[in-house]
Amino acid sequence: MIENRPVLTFLSHLILIFGVAMIAFPIWITFVASTHTDIRMTQVPLPLWPGDQLFVNLNETLIGEGAAGTNNVPVWRMMLNSLVMALSIAFGKIAISLISAFAIVYFKFPFRMMFFWLIFITLMLPVEVRILPTYEVVAKLGLLNSYAGLSLPLIASATATFMFRQVFLTIPDEMLESARIDGAGPMRFFWDILLPLSRTNIAALFVILFIYGWNQYLWPLLITQDTNMTTIVMSIKQLLESAEATPEWNIIMMTALLAMLPPILVVVFMQKLFVKGLTETDK
Amino acid sequence: MLKRVHFPTSYLPYLLVAPQIIITLVFFIWPASQAMYQSLLIEDAFGLSTEFVWFENFQVLFEDPKYLESFIRTMWFSGAVALLSMGMAIILAGFADRVIRGAMVYRTLLIWPYAVAPVLAGALWVFMFNPTLGIISYFLEGFGIDWNHYLNKSQAMGLVIMAAAWKQVAYNFLFYLAAMQSIPKSVIEAAAIDGAGPLKRFWTIVFPLISPTTFFLIVINAVYAFFDTFGIIHAVTQGGPAGSTNILVYKVYNDGFVGLDLGGSAAQSVILMILVIAMTVVQFRFVERKVEY
Repeated sequence: MIENRPVLTFLSHLILIFGVAMIAFPIWITFVASTHTDIRMTQVPLPLWPGDQLFVNLNETLIGEGAAGTNNVPVWRMMLNSLVMALSIAFGKIAISLISAFAIVYFKFPFRMMFFWLIFITLMLPVEVRILPTYEVVAKLGLLNSYAGLSLPLIASATATFMFRQVFLTIPDEMLESARIDGAGPMRFFWDILLPLSRTNIAALFVILFIYGWNQYLWPLLITQDTNMTTIVMSIKQLLESAEATPEWNIIMMTALLAMLPPILVVVFMQKLFVKGLTETDK
Repeated sequence: MLKRVHFPTSYLPYLLVAPQIIITLVFFIWPASQAMYQSLLIEDAFGLSTEFVWFENFQVLFEDPKYLESFIRTMWFSGAVALLSMGMAIILAGFADRVIRGAMVYRTLLIWPYAVAPVLAGALWVFMFNPTLGIISYFLEGFGIDWNHYLNKSQAMGLVIMAAAWKQVAYNFLFYLAAMQSIPKSVIEAAAIDGAGPLKRFWTIVFPLISPTTFFLIVINAVYAFFDTFGIIHAVTQGGPAGSTNILVYKVYNDGFVGLDLGGSAAQSVILMILVIAMTVVQFRFVERKVEY
């Protein structure tokens, strides 16, 4: 504390609490909506305080038919699809980035810089700017409506490779020298020295990539026509459209709540890793 | 800094980079070059024949008032989102940096919207502002404001800006708080001894010292508003009413997948790619500067 200004400290807390309330308000409204009956949710003004239907709605949404307009794919199935997609994107990105960063840092081989630049270019091509041709490629490979089609085109990432390159470059050369004197080959060095040393970086990156993968929207929207492959994040749009005809806002908002819960839990409970991942990958 | 020692060259490094290079070639380089090639073609209405037309698609785009409007709208939208979310973040971070007890509690309470998918953020805001049911439009009615973002263009734009900024406050707050906490306390104390009040200290010491973070965040927020807000637009307005929220990334999708104008959509993709490349270059030049500090 630089100086003692109780009024200013009080004001600081007041403004921060106000800020937190403003940030949390949309989620609060969502939660409240998911605890009332569908009839109550059509009466103006809508409630600001939770009702007693939380578990009824949860049961109906998760296991039951869900809201009209979702083509009757149960919500647990959509959450499973999201989970598979998020995990394959996260694990896939980490795996291929680790080994390619290892090759680029620890080997001197012809075309090394060419490979490096090739990976670098992917930084400039987010899926949004190349949707149509990428869709055509995936269609030609017969990967529409499959987990591979959902995750593979999002797996290559320059940021993860750069981060691991940066991590490897800070590992002292003496490590490699002593490992080689002890007779360790490249893969042995990778498994027994590099992987354990970059453990926290891998975990931090995993947190970021899990959120990234879970929240994918445009790509799954394009390549899944089969309702069995719908992800939970995607389903919200259909629900919003169905709300025009059958306004079951309690079920819709419960689905939204379930869709945002896993990544929020990851952020809150792995905050340290999340902050580390966010600041080190620079997105 | 590069390694002095390496493993002897063999087939191994090629094997190690192969997965990433194959995925990059198949899903990045090939589609991007296809987009560039398609942007030079015009397909007839039935998809039966294509004609090579050089830059006619681009010429059509730049002469299309709708495209130019969308371009300007996107700039406007990005600027508003960046200003709103960064403004809120810097105020909250400034106060959070002041309170010693509880700064981390506030951080926990403020950063989680980062984890909410854009389309969900859109869904929450569209629910709150639903013209007949929404809780906020109900309050607004009490003030005599008739809210209907399905009809009113500026209200529609306002709604997507608010939803987009709401989600991004968390990210900006995190970086601003980290930047402010890394300023040496002795600098602030020296200014306090010289009689500078909190507000003066903020403007003359803190704000200039965190300017690298501000530049970095401007780029990040621009990229976010350009590309990651697709879900918000899709959930809230679908580009409407009358195209008033049709930003570039939404237009690419709409013209390509809904309007089936392949050449035009590809040309738009190419322009977007050039924009991303420009932003990446700016970001990297800045990152280099940060290293020099």
